[in-house]
Amino acid sequence: MAKTLVFLEHHEGQIQKGSLGVLAKAASVGEVAGVLAGSGVRGIAEGVGATVWVADDERLAKPLPQPRVDVLAKLVRDEGYDTVLFGQSVLAADVAAGLAARLDAGLNWGLVDFDGIQGQAPALQDTVVVDVGWTSPVRIGLFRAGALDPIELAGATEVKDVAVELEEFSTAAEMVEQAHAEQQGPSIEDADVIVAGGRGLGEPEKFALAEGLAQALGGAVAATRAVVDAGWYPYSAQVGQTGKTVSPKLYVALGISGAIQHKVGMQGSNVIVAINKDPNAPIFEFSDLGVVGDLHDIVPKLTELVRARRS
Amino acid sequence: MTVRPSDFPPPFAPSEAIGAPTDPVDERIEVGFLIVGAGPAGLAAAIRFGQLMEEDPETAERLGEVPVAVLEKGKAPGSHLLSGAVVNPRGLQRLFKGRKRLDEMPFYGEVPGESVLFLTRSRAVRIPTPPTMVNHGNYVASVSRLGRFLAEEAEGLGVTILPETSAEKLLVDGGRVVGVRTGDRGRGREGEELGNFEPGSDIAARVTILSEGTQGHLTGVAMDRFGLRSDNPQVWALGVKEVWKVAKPLREVVHTMGWPLRGGAKFREFGGSFIYPMGDDMVTIGMVVGLDYRDAELSVHDLLQELKTHPRVRKILEGGERVQWGAKTIPEGGFVALPKRFHAPGLLLCGDGVGLVNVPALKGIHYAIESGRLAAEAAWRSVARGASAREGLASYDASLRESFLWGDLREVRNMRQAFGHGFVLGGALASAMTATKGKFPPGDKETHRDADQTLLSTSRASSYPAPDGQLTFDKLSSVFASGNRTRDDQPNHIRVQTKVPRELAEMWARMCPAQVYEVGDADGDGTVEVKLAPSNCVQCGAITAKGGRLTPPEGGSGPEYTLT
Amino acid sequence: MKIAVCVKAVPDAAAGRRLDPATLRLDRSVELAISDFDTYAVEEALKLKEAAGDGEVVVVSMGPERAMDALRKALAMGADRAVLVSDASLEGADLLGTSKALAGALAQEGADLVLFGQQSADGGGACLWAAVAERLRQPVVSQVSELTIDGAALTGKRQTEFGYDTIRAPLPAVVAVSDAINTPRYPSLKGIMGAKKKPQEVVAAEGAASGTTVVALNPPPARGEARKIEDDGSAAEQIVEFLAEKRLV
Repeated sequence: MAKTLVFLEHHEGQIQKGSLGVLAKAASVGEVAGVLAGSGVRGIAEGVGATVWVADDERLAKPLPQPRVDVLAKLVRDEGYDTVLFGQSVLAADVAAGLAARLDAGLNWGLVDFDGIQGQAPALQDTVVVDVGWTSPVRIGLFRAGALDPIELAGATEVKDVAVELEEFSTAAEMVEQAHAEQQGPSIEDADVIVAGGRGLGEPEKFALAEGLAQALGGAVAATRAVVDAGWYPYSAQVGQTGKTVSPKLYVALGISGAIQHKVGMQGSNVIVAINKDPNAPIFEFSDLGVVGDLHDIVPKLTELVRARRS
Repeated sequence: MTVRPSDFPPPFAPSEAIGAPTDPVDERIEVGFLIVGAGPAGLAAAIRFGQLMEEDPETAERLGEVPVAVLEKGKAPGSHLLSGAVVNPRGLQRLFKGRKRLDEMPFYGEVPGESVLFLTRSRAVRIPTPPTMVNHGNYVASVSRLGRFLAEEAEGLGVTILPETSAEKLLVDGGRVVGVRTGDRGRGREGEELGNFEPGSDIAARVTILSEGTQGHLTGVAMDRFGLRSDNPQVWALGVKEVWKVAKPLREVVHTMGWPLRGGAKFREFGGSFIYPMGDDMVTIGMVVGLDYRDAELSVHDLLQELKTHPRVRKILEGGERVQWGAKTIPEGGFVALPKRFHAPGLLLCGDGVGLVNVPALKGIHYAIESGRLAAEAAWRSVARGASAREGLASYDASLRESFLWGDLREVRNMRQAFGHGFVLGGALASAMTATKGKFPPGDKETHRDADQTLLSTSRASSYPAPDGQLTFDKLSSVFASGNRTRDDQPNHIRVQTKVPRELAEMWARMCPAQVYEVGDADGDGTVEVKLAPSNCVQCGAITAKGGRLTPPEGGSGPEYTLT
Repeated sequence: MKIAVCVKAVPDAAAGRRLDPATLRLDRSVELAISDFDTYAVEEALKLKEAAGDGEVVVVSMGPERAMDALRKALAMGADRAVLVSDASLEGADLLGTSKALAGALAQEGADLVLFGQQSADGGGACLWAAVAERLRQPVVSQVSELTIDGAALTGKRQTEFGYDTIRAPLPAVVAVSDAINTPRYPSLKGIMGAKKKPQEVVAAEGAASGTTVVALNPPPARGEARKIEDDGSAAEQIVEFLAEKRLV
């Protein structure tokens, strides 16, 4: 049975869904506690449904990784945790790796599952799934974003305070300005949802359909090489072998045939929905939901329905 | 309406690719000898130079800090090399002068045995191996792999190889070739300079050796500029091939004729296929068709896919997996289409670029190597003697004529042209030529430009197999299997008219193995728009034979062959 | 100012990246090339050196001896020196071993700034720098899309899921740059020709014990039942239902 510490990342007063997913997974394989680090954050721990260590200190006010390494390292040593788990984020990855070096603990990343002893991690653009293990006394794991569901835990929430002792070099970096919510929507690389348009859109103006749907879903817009070549959309939005590689939770492909040059840029997406007039389009071979139909009819209705649901 | 590709010449003037140096003198890069193209010919020249630098250090000293430089437009030597291939080791043995054993060469073994098959849709009949095709004593090789090997050897001898570097312009000053200008990198689709724009450079050299391979860009402009072209135009074939991992070893070298090509004279479908074992666990299979074919629906890529469905061929590939694909043209004019001269002031030409290919024997690699070796020797002489450089370079022509390659090519000089009469009559003529060692028929039969053939329309495409992704493949996934990941945001490198009769646009779309051309909207006057996807291009050169003009894209673009 | 750039020589994409079923690791016997992501870090180092008017850019890498060929691209771009940490004991090293080997070489170099690229092109990881910074006991800033140095401190714009943070840190420090930070230059011909002559050193290092292992390779799970429907007028509703099922709306 593992004795796990889970890093609970929070932003603007809310614990991240990714962290809650990891917490639920950890609870299913043994003893678990979460750790929340920040300034004035005790209240966030409410309702978590497990033990939560709270490291509350002014010096932890900003989301910088190195002070968090100090907090977690102390907890692991003092409380004897043998496993520390994280949900992927820029911050969490830095904390996990720093902690690994601090404790000489093995770190496996990109995990989609963990059974208490071994983890599973897709590799090489999801063409293979690797069973990974640890040989060090303390195991560190970093889960892929969106891999786990944030199942609510039924237990009692117990908040315990932890004293904060920081190394000098950990506090050398300071955050002069912190990010606030983006008005323009996420970039393609960060987006959880991507709506991509291909030649089936018919003409450049029809990209408005993709944009409308993306906005309704809170996602970003991408394009295939063919339409970028034709000047319908900028190269910065191109997904594919010679463009960007993405793996969002949801990829909606509008009028895209699915040639391999495009496929290798998005095949790692969690869920793929494709709308195309041609029933033999290769994209239907690797989409989760394939819709044979006219996107010009379907997308406006779809956008409306999504907007209605979300409001 | 009879449509002829040559009636729609490409928007390209040779004068664009030739001119005086433009860089200020102190920015010019100076090298001793400059070689364009890291293929068998260029690398053989490089290796010979390396040997000469050891043998004659006094002359070597005078060549400066970079005595020998080789420009290669592909990502690395080998990236753009493609052939069958069964190699006659003679060229390599002469090059390495016994310092390397045959078992040290990157071959896939000696030819174990061979057969020539005449195919129909469902049957394969073995026919006696024509004497020109006997391959006893020859070795199966991947020319791409051979290129990598030769490049390493050359670098070991002090040669500088510059990959991802295209040669865009031949530099001529005072009637003499003084070097080349390399291509720019970092231009956008409209030619605009991007953030990391890097202009090309003038490279100055005492002697420039062009070994650019088939459809050599600068070779073509040089031949025009210096009046070197033969009266007989060069003609080409397009070869499309795949490399497969196979479950059962193939124990012989196989050549086929007949199906899926049509023998009737009006079709002008000259060619066949090859299937070679590469060791015990790989096989390479390719289809080669002369580009003087007339059917607008002919697609060599699809003929290759069709070929694989023949029961005899299917058996060879059963349980296997395709690992690479590629395409390239082969010059087929032979002896009668060789240039009048192989040199000009400051310039030497070798290899496939000038058509040193024995078509009936399907051999060109050992001639390329021999010509490169001889070119290096002539270039060295011209610098060492101190006498007029021109005399030194003219000796190259003499050495080619005295070489084994000259006699070989002369003997088979009319064979390809005979097949313009169709398979049966062509076959008979070919046999007569072989039996008389080229004395019959007498004289030199002329060649005709591929682009002069008028187009025919049939429904040939209806029999192409639908790609199943296991045995047969579509063009886009094949382009992927060539390793091509060309940067999209760069200028179009293919010169072709984009408003042409529909039949011509369709012919180009079928012809191109990489799906570069697409038939666009009709313009209402009988013509259609031609749309291009230049980043698909694997630089095979077919378009240059059929009405367009390929120019080198940004260095590093194109396929990344390793096993072809 | 001395800038060290950590780069990795990875199997060239054209040569094909595949896992060797015998060793369960990436087949590294093929051609190696400098990881694309790392070229952004090299470019940034060169730009900083050019802005400062002088300094030194050293590329540091861990790999087999033949990785030195791949490092030459960085030298061709303009880096001054290459240091390759190579030892049989480091083969297959994981984060712990790699960070220890790199930190050892970096400690010797004593650079003012250590740069990394955005992520590993072959292993898929994006956090090695944090382990290296920990071993060097230096501040670390990652996913930086804009970097300025003034005197003895750096200011970096870090891109996270929530937008951009501005972070300041004193030098010496470790920074990982994102591919949004610049456009890597093409090596000039003179650069390529001069690369061979620049100092290239191979240094040994003792391995560190691995903390992880690879147990087995499996084929990817089938995508699950792929559903294919034809629009009969209700496709939009069916799609929404499907998305709701998957908790995507």
